[in-house]
Amino acid sequence: MSPSAAAPVLEVTGLCKRFGTLTAVDDVDFTLERGASLGIVGESGSGKTTTARILVGLERATAGEVRLDGELVGTSSRRQRVAQARRIQMIFQDPYQSFDPRLTVEEAIAEPLRLHFRLSAEARRRRVAELCDQVGLSERNARALPRQLSGGQRQRAAIARALGIEPAVLVLDEAVAALDVSIQAQVLTLLDQIRRDTDISYVFVSHDLGVVRAVTDTAVVMRLGRVVERGPTEDLLRSPQHPYTRLLLDSVPEPGWDPAAVARSNRALAAAADAPGDLA
Amino acid sequence: MTLTLPALRTRRGTSRARRRPVAVLLSGGFLVVVAAVAALAPVLAPHSPDATSLLDSFLLPGAPGHLLGTDSTGRDTLSRLMYGARLSLLAPLGVVALATIAGVTLGLLAARGPGWLDVLLSRAMDVVFAFPGLLLAMLAIAVFGRGLTAPMIALAIAYTPFVGRVVRSLALQESARPYVESYQVMGFGRLAVTLRHVLPNLTPVIAAQSALAFGYALIDLATLSFLGLGVRPPQSDWGSMIAQAQPALLQGLPWPAVVPGIAVLLTVVAVNVLGDHLGNSVGRTGERS
Repeated sequence: MSPSAAAPVLEVTGLCKRFGTLTAVDDVDFTLERGASLGIVGESGSGKTTTARILVGLERATAGEVRLDGELVGTSSRRQRVAQARRIQMIFQDPYQSFDPRLTVEEAIAEPLRLHFRLSAEARRRRVAELCDQVGLSERNARALPRQLSGGQRQRAAIARALGIEPAVLVLDEAVAALDVSIQAQVLTLLDQIRRDTDISYVFVSHDLGVVRAVTDTAVVMRLGRVVERGPTEDLLRSPQHPYTRLLLDSVPEPGWDPAAVARSNRALAAAADAPGDLA
Repeated sequence: MTLTLPALRTRRGTSRARRRPVAVLLSGGFLVVVAAVAALAPVLAPHSPDATSLLDSFLLPGAPGHLLGTDSTGRDTLSRLMYGARLSLLAPLGVVALATIAGVTLGLLAARGPGWLDVLLSRAMDVVFAFPGLLLAMLAIAVFGRGLTAPMIALAIAYTPFVGRVVRSLALQESARPYVESYQVMGFGRLAVTLRHVLPNLTPVIAAQSALAFGYALIDLATLSFLGLGVRPPQSDWGSMIAQAQPALLQGLPWPAVVPGIAVLLTVVAVNVLGDHLGNSVGRTGERS
């Protein structure tokens, strides 16, 4: 599919998004290689979700560009829209809300297959079963309505539906934030396994550093719409250079955690950036 | 709010769905019987609805051979009620069918179309909504002459915003739900998502709204007939039966007017009970987590 195997599958340059006077995303750049996994870390309001929505074409960038396999994102014609869907898919935070409540899981997974592939009814049915199997959904789960499933099962279903389109890039927006910790681990393991089995790339948007560490190779840290630090995920978490990254790490409650110190550095950071202290 | 309210709604939705209230069952049964009687009037009616017999005029309900009595010219009230049910039900059904098709189309266009179209359609529907349907129907009769066609179309126009405004606001709500965006990301077009996902999720509410409109249209049409503007003399519906019984009412003989009046009342109540039930049980299919 790609023009050359070495070219990055996703290329973001000078991305900006303004809502009125608010600048949600401010001059963001990053690239993603085929089969790689990139984390976008930051707190609510840091612009990470807006960035993700621009990637899949749900928001239009004010400036800058997103290229998928060299093609600009931002579509008008039906053909472009369908082609873009084949390149990038998204998993939303709330798995339940991302399903039509009237359709069973297998119907929901079959729908995009009908749009993107010319399959016989029988072949489509086999493909749905295969996808369900790949994400660990039983036949009974597949025949259930979304509301009859647990959060983790719904998120598996959402992953199966997105994988059915065989995208080059999968954007996961806080994809495990709504799940229990043990279920989180299962879904993260599944995602990791899928990446090893296929050459899919992930953009993993999260506020949770533990989650980001588990599934990404590299990460960018966003604050107030800007990228403040980037690098291999392990290095970022082991020896953060930017005070904001350090603050994010310190904000994770664990033994020896000092909320007063976190509040102090929070204030210092806000004063240094000459920005309102909205990090609390 | 967002945490507790949907939970409450869900619970209420399912419990209502499981055991349908007696009133709903009675209303449904009543409407089925009325519709069946209307359809089978020629078979079921004991007399011809137009057979006059001056000797038998003003019989009270319960008189031998005339279960619901007779009117001033001795016509059998029960038979007239059965035949009258046909127009009394069919005419509002036509009105509601037209109003629902137009309302759903306009409501979806307003909610899912471009912004300027929403402004245009919403204002237009507000204006029509503010205009009394009965007045519009009388205007139509004044312009196009007596008969059912003109007032039916006029009433359909008047009830279009009744359906359209609700469809618009619910379609907007539905569009804000992430699944609509997820279909967009999967490459589906706006029209396809609107018709295959947004509209089916609104059907219970549309059915409820249409049922309510049916009740209002039935009353409006009966009123027109009562005023002598709707159904023309050889034909008759419940409204014209009440109108023709007016002189008798003044003579202290209420039955020929009361019987069709009760028929209108019961039908409208039954339709409203069903409509309310449909509206309340949306939780079953459109249930939010």
